[in-house]
Amino acid sequence: MTGTAEHLVKSFDNDLKKLRDMLTEMGGIVESQLVMAAAGIMNRDNEAAARAVSEDPKVDALEHEIEQFVIRMLALRQPMAADLRQVVAALKITGDLERIGDYAANVAKRSIVLGQYNLPYSLAGLGHMTHMVQEQLKSIIDALSSNDTAKAIEVWRSDQVVDDIYNALFRELITYMMEDPRNITPCTHLLFIAKNLERIGDHTTNIAETIYYAVEGEVIPDVRPKGTSAAYAVVRQKE
Amino acid sequence: MSATATSSQGSNASFSGVEARGAKTLNSAAISISNLDFFYGENRALKGVNLDLPNRQVTGMIGPSGCGKSTLLRVLNRMYDLYPGQRATGEVMMGEDNIIDPKIEVNALRARVGMVFQKPTPFPMTIFENIAFGVKLHEKLSKSAMEERVEWSLTRAALWGEVKDRLQTNAMGLSGGQQQRLCIARTIAVRPEVILLDEPTSALDPISTLKIEELIDELKQDFTIAIVTHNMQQAARCADQVAFFYLGEMVECGPAAQIFTSPKQKRTQEYVTGRFG
Repeated sequence: MTGTAEHLVKSFDNDLKKLRDMLTEMGGIVESQLVMAAAGIMNRDNEAAARAVSEDPKVDALEHEIEQFVIRMLALRQPMAADLRQVVAALKITGDLERIGDYAANVAKRSIVLGQYNLPYSLAGLGHMTHMVQEQLKSIIDALSSNDTAKAIEVWRSDQVVDDIYNALFRELITYMMEDPRNITPCTHLLFIAKNLERIGDHTTNIAETIYYAVEGEVIPDVRPKGTSAAYAVVRQKE
Repeated sequence: MSATATSSQGSNASFSGVEARGAKTLNSAAISISNLDFFYGENRALKGVNLDLPNRQVTGMIGPSGCGKSTLLRVLNRMYDLYPGQRATGEVMMGEDNIIDPKIEVNALRARVGMVFQKPTPFPMTIFENIAFGVKLHEKLSKSAMEERVEWSLTRAALWGEVKDRLQTNAMGLSGGQQQRLCIARTIAVRPEVILLDEPTSALDPISTLKIEELIDELKQDFTIAIVTHNMQQAARCADQVAFFYLGEMVECGPAAQIFTSPKQKRTQEYVTGRFG
């Protein structure tokens, strides 16, 4: 249930709009960070990777600005019901976006390091994962700017696939490392990259849950299937 | 929300002879309203209202001007009896009694259901007499019992410390906030089961308002409270359950947290977010 009618105090509507605009702007920057980080890995584009890293302070500054704005709105406007949920949701989402930006920057940094290595194997799996996570992030930022809960649920469900690819990649990379110890350094970087991408997926689903709550006033009435513990299986075999 | 039977002993343990009457009935609705209609002449001001006031909880009533919330309060202690042409139909059950039945004696009812108004209304007499006046109408107490009752009431209304040395001075000399607490003390002095508060803080400064809100929180251990307020934040702070009224209908009633975070009805949503009309 969204308050479609206009607020009696016009400046309050303006505040809500400004809040959403700031979030969308932050989402846009984070999204481009991920695109540049992906170019860093897949196309070995060091310049793009460096730009992804250099965007980080901008994201942090926006997060801070949104936090301040939310606190100001809570204190001065005392929003209720759907408005209250939107304002609190903004606070949570800005935190998730900031984390996503951090992970993207980390992926970019590692891609620069990876540039020094000759990788004798296909990065198709990682490419697929990167693509999926990018799509999710793009969709959730669209859902955010239009309060689209159907889209949010779609993203929320699709995270399972990302988790599955991550688990497959984990096993694949472990195999390379066991084959030849010289693979350990680049594969460890690749593993961290995969993990970072998987975490971006998780924060994206957090945002989906937050959007749903902000709009509907209740949590998503469904349980997302939990991933397998495949990623831990290899570790356990040693014990 | 279950208040314990012993909770009243916290702040008035020393008053062995005085006990709040609401303490005897637990875990039920103190007042149960069903199909209540109210008419000002031809004008139907309440339309089929159903609402329970849970025992020893605070029920907040909100809604725009003219929605019927004050009318409902007036029904609950038959204030309308004074005015010809005003009548109520339906049921307002308090225990076994339908209190809008003309057979129910109105003075006895008002001892069970007390009311505090928007503007403090102390009588032009001493502080002591302000409290004793209402008690005398319903009970015959010895001098010492009356003194104890006055001290109990003023203590429960969080006013005793401020006035105990000037009980024999005129009540009109108190500040607005003190006067309102005096009126609350006067109301609880006759040990009602239910206290009705009709915008009790709208004429008070913010600090006095907070004192009254703290008092409401304190009093609900012993009394069932209904509060009409235009201040939504106040309803959010004070009430356990909130009922939203619009055009004489009770649109939605639920726990305060639900009404102010996730109301179910669109009109409630629009009202609490300030998008009415």
